[in-house]
Amino acid sequence: MKKLLMGNEAIALGAVRAGVNIVTGYPGTPSSEILETVAKNNDGSIYVEWSVNEKTALEVAAGGAYAGARVMVTMKQVGLNVASDPLMSLNYVGVKGGMVVIAADDPGPISSQTEQDTRHFGLYAKLAVFDPSTPEEAYQMIGDAFDFSEKYGVPVLFRPTTRVCHSCAGVELLPDMPRKAPEGFKKDSRWVIFPRLTYTNHIKIENALKEMSAELSAYPPNKLDGTGKRGITAGGVSWQYVLEALSALGNPPVKLLKVSAYPFPKKLGQDFLDGLDEALVVEELDPVIEKELHALGSKVVIHGKLDGTMPVAGENSADGVKKAIAGFLGMTLPDTHTPEPPPLPARPPVLCAGCPHRESFLAVKEASSGRSSVYSGDIGCYTLGNTLDMVDTCLCMGAGITVAQGLQRVEPGVLHFAFIGDSTFFHTGIPGVINAVANQTDIIIVVLDNSTTAMTGNQPHPGLGRTMMGGSSKKVDIYKLMEAIGVDFITRVNPFETARAKDAVREAMEHKGVRVVLFEAPCIKIRGGASC
Amino acid sequence: MLNCMIAGVGGQGTVLASKLLAEAALSKGLDVRTAETIGMAQRGGSVVSHVRMGDAVHSPLIPLKSADILIALEPAEAVRMFPYLSEGGVVLVCSTSVKPMTSAGYSSEPMLDFLKVNVKKLTVIDGKELTKKCGSVKVLNVAMLGAAVAGGLFPFDMDDMEAALKEKLPEKYWDINISALNVGKVMFYA
Repeated sequence: MKKLLMGNEAIALGAVRAGVNIVTGYPGTPSSEILETVAKNNDGSIYVEWSVNEKTALEVAAGGAYAGARVMVTMKQVGLNVASDPLMSLNYVGVKGGMVVIAADDPGPISSQTEQDTRHFGLYAKLAVFDPSTPEEAYQMIGDAFDFSEKYGVPVLFRPTTRVCHSCAGVELLPDMPRKAPEGFKKDSRWVIFPRLTYTNHIKIENALKEMSAELSAYPPNKLDGTGKRGITAGGVSWQYVLEALSALGNPPVKLLKVSAYPFPKKLGQDFLDGLDEALVVEELDPVIEKELHALGSKVVIHGKLDGTMPVAGENSADGVKKAIAGFLGMTLPDTHTPEPPPLPARPPVLCAGCPHRESFLAVKEASSGRSSVYSGDIGCYTLGNTLDMVDTCLCMGAGITVAQGLQRVEPGVLHFAFIGDSTFFHTGIPGVINAVANQTDIIIVVLDNSTTAMTGNQPHPGLGRTMMGGSSKKVDIYKLMEAIGVDFITRVNPFETARAKDAVREAMEHKGVRVVLFEAPCIKIRGGASC
Repeated sequence: MLNCMIAGVGGQGTVLASKLLAEAALSKGLDVRTAETIGMAQRGGSVVSHVRMGDAVHSPLIPLKSADILIALEPAEAVRMFPYLSEGGVVLVCSTSVKPMTSAGYSSEPMLDFLKVNVKKLTVIDGKELTKKCGSVKVLNVAMLGAAVAGGLFPFDMDDMEAALKEKLPEKYWDINISALNVGKVMFYA
């Protein structure tokens, strides 16, 4: 009997059946449900942790993998940027227990700062990348990924995209894979990275990549089919759009190559190009498959992003792919006409009714009115303060506090505020505060503590005293941390106490140096009782 | 292949509605794919779910002009998703408008007028009546599903929907939802 599962749920259950021992991560759309689903299906034998940030998550998991445990790390694609330092080195050190790093890409983007392609990261980091097309394929592949990681003794990347993560399908659940207990950490110089070891292992890595490419040419999800002078290749959800288009166009004869695991299966690619006049590459984000085909050096004319056939940015659609394939195959599509609708009401995302951030923004806006001020923002629900004209900059996690410092160095006469949420503060905010104190840069840091990681679905963080293993834990205190760092002024207030909130900001404005206003009031979503 | 789109405003329960349809379809042995808008939905944005069922479903997203059924919990959202409706497609729309957070409001009249002109198979369900009969605005999504299923639009019936409700919801919510399902059925035939 098939079970209706979201892609993320399928990945989680696939990891559980593969005997995963440790799952760490940091929330990030579209990946967040993976760790949450593992936690919901934990019989107590899996250690599950929302870590402080993606770098921490990866390093904790690496420790587990050194000791022979099967580990999984979850994050969104920009989170991989944060985890990239340990991951790049880890390939040279290697792992004992299988390690799967899930970096969920977000073509569009629908809710991300970049349209970066984790397959390209795999190329740069010299790591294998598994790229599932559907929830049911993801369920199967995650077990393969663990086996692959253990066979080659290195981490592997697994990159679903939004339309796989958040789409549901019927998945046939399979019995648990055979598992063995982690054998423990065995002391060995292999675990200590030194230049000499890096050089030796670099050679091993390059050789392994060739082996992997050969092995993946025989891996069923990488599939060559059909015959003809024209060929279409795709991977990820784009493969599904290709199938949809071909079905709608009456299944014209065409050679097909599905690419779902990298290093690019060069042998399959060569077999695909053999006998072709022209090829069309359908993929999202970067022209990874396209460039690999070009690199094989054949006379086949290759159409894709590089020659303008496919869009360079944004997500693919069934319609866009159908148009491209029809054009490629010389078929004409009927003209479609849609009547012009009346003007539609815009519904931009806004802060929820009852959100404390609205009060915090109001307090700062009113207290600083009449003064020349710049409001540096950060990533979280409070990014939506843009509709209140209270977000002048936003770059990436933890950047509000530091960008404000750069701005201040150019225009010291202007008031510089930096807004940061509680979870973002623990993630990457702390070094920014230390930097400001150590360099005595005049900024006002406004911490928006709503006792949760809200935007991604109310996950816990170190300030809450609660973990994903149930039970309680120590609360890390933001006020005490700021005092310990040595900020010049700090005050805490409930933003719903309007007059006191405004006074708190005014008081901070009267001081010099690094000032902190800590606004504390719970997110409206958790006021009815928190869930973990 | 049957393509059904569920459109509404964040908070109206489009995700649950699509999961219920998918569960019912899966229980009949059909191949099912769904795609939902998540996240921004919480914050009053437009939300849409794609539900596809048949022998072999490839794309999780419904192509333009391919939705056989459009269940709209809100009139403007029905119009917004109109480009997806197929030539002979059916629209079930709830008449009550939801005011956007950032504007002074809008009138649902031009929306319903547009639908009346351009949709051959249109059923407008009186939102106020529906809410009154259900006793809560929170079960509007399930009531609209009841109307659609009772109308014979899907390859499954009210019993299958009830089973899907019981599969997906905690027991304490069964009664109010099952009665909403039946209210929808009554409203469809009214």
